[in-house]
Amino acid sequence: MKINQLSVFLENKPGRLSEPCKALAQAGINIVTLSLADTQQFGILRLIIQDWEKAKQVLEAGGCVVKITEVVATEVADRPGGLTEILAVIEEAGVNIEYMYAFTFRSQDKAVLVFRFDDPEKAVEALKAKDINILGPVELYGMASG
Amino acid sequence: MTEFAFENRIWDENETLPREELAALQLQRLRDTVAQVAGVPFYQEALAATGTAPGDIADLDDLRRLPITTKEDLRRHYPLGFLAVPREQVARFHGSSGTTGKPTFVAYTAEDLKTWSGLCARFLVSGGLRPEHTVQISFGYGLFTGGFGLHYGVERVGAAIVPAAAGNTRRQLMLMQDLGAEVLVCTPSYALNIAEVAAGEGIDPKSLPLKFAHFGAEPWTEDMRRQIEGALDLFAMNNYGLSEVIGPGVSGECAVRNGMHIQEDHFLVECLDPDTLQPVPDGERGELVFTTLTKQAFPLLRYRTRDIAVLDHTPCPCGRTGVRMSRVVGRTDDMLIIRGVNVFPSQIEEALLRVEGTAPHYLIEVFRPGNLDELLVKVEVRPQDFRDTMKDMQLLRNRIDREIQAITGIRANVELVSPNSLERFVGKAKRVVDHRREQGRI
Repeated sequence: MKINQLSVFLENKPGRLSEPCKALAQAGINIVTLSLADTQQFGILRLIIQDWEKAKQVLEAGGCVVKITEVVATEVADRPGGLTEILAVIEEAGVNIEYMYAFTFRSQDKAVLVFRFDDPEKAVEALKAKDINILGPVELYGMASG
Repeated sequence: MTEFAFENRIWDENETLPREELAALQLQRLRDTVAQVAGVPFYQEALAATGTAPGDIADLDDLRRLPITTKEDLRRHYPLGFLAVPREQVARFHGSSGTTGKPTFVAYTAEDLKTWSGLCARFLVSGGLRPEHTVQISFGYGLFTGGFGLHYGVERVGAAIVPAAAGNTRRQLMLMQDLGAEVLVCTPSYALNIAEVAAGEGIDPKSLPLKFAHFGAEPWTEDMRRQIEGALDLFAMNNYGLSEVIGPGVSGECAVRNGMHIQEDHFLVECLDPDTLQPVPDGERGELVFTTLTKQAFPLLRYRTRDIAVLDHTPCPCGRTGVRMSRVVGRTDDMLIIRGVNVFPSQIEEALLRVEGTAPHYLIEVFRPGNLDELLVKVEVRPQDFRDTMKDMQLLRNRIDREIQAITGIRANVELVSPNSLERFVGKAKRVVDHRREQGRI
């Protein structure tokens, strides 16, 4: 049920962001979605890529420091209040959200969000109990390409 | 035309001892010191190895037969292996930066403290201090010998002390203006900082009551002297010392300001080639090596300071017969002085080890963008260090920050950088880039 996300450490210098992106492009790897978190001194680039194992190799060969983290992809009703409903469920379950970002595509009339939870098992359980759809890798990558 | 910048006053008549009398005094005191260290394990061993006893010191040339002492020797005998008196006789401890996480401790008997304050009084008076003056001491008071050393030296002269300690420049200015200090004691770069902050507050730095300043704890150039004197309208005087030898008071400038007179009745000085340990002629650079002649609690024989300077034995118009040393022009090791504090790259490495278990590649860069030193430590992020959240990466950075401060006593800017972005070296890594040299600051 969990999606493998790649995190890449980026020094906050010109060119540091384009290096990993170029490496992936040259290897013919497509990015499904991404997020860039930054401070004054450094950034963390988070990538969802279907062939994440190959991507990790390519990035490490290019000198990047890469970490794999498990994240959860959920469907969210694409209307006002859609997000707050999900957040309420998570809050009630006592789970902490480390970060979240959105996918660029939709699942029919639903938006798709990526979450990193401090307790992913508990979060998934709570969401499923409220009939919120969790997307596994097969569905997710299927949607991305289709 | 007088060659004196101001009135030449001498605190202690021993400062003008004719050289032959001085030599006789030194010889007697050297013998006493060799006897004094008999109970110190390091010296016991070293002297036994060469079969040298106090009576074997027939003349000052026999100094060369005595063992050399290094910082590493002191470190190996941490904490107090070099103490030469029973513990009950110790009246004070001080310390200075060690090469790793532990400082190097020094100790003083009551008699040593009296000697020390007298030595500081010498350079303070030769540097213009009068009993009717008020002195603002803007040095850290603590284990560092600068604060207390100058404090008791000033007290001995009979001048009034404002123990301002370090930091809070606006407060320093207020104290200076309201209490009217004529004399300032601090690091030379801090003096420039005071001038800058004053100007920023709308105070003309030249309008401050200061007439003299005594600078130490870090190297500074003639250019900086002119800059400081121009900015604050005072006489900027140099003095030198190191805590292992006694603290401030080893040498100081007179009103001629052509070198610092070493207090030779209390310290034998050698200027040696750091590789061969042979004496270098006057005028040539060498490492200063001191033998204490009067210290009781912590006497040292032929202590290698790692400071490089030049000696000049030609007579000085001021009448003092102690040999003059130049400013310290370099180090034989990799020690840095940041805002007056000694910092060793190995301490940074120790900090990284404590945080991360193993030390990643790092680079230390030293800048002085304005008047104060800044230390930048670049640390490469390795796969095992990388965490997926900003929070965790910040935490890592903060831990390194805190550990560096805990070990060195100063704040550094820690920058996490990409793996393999720092230069790799064959052989000994160059861990330090000191940009202050380019700027002509040191």
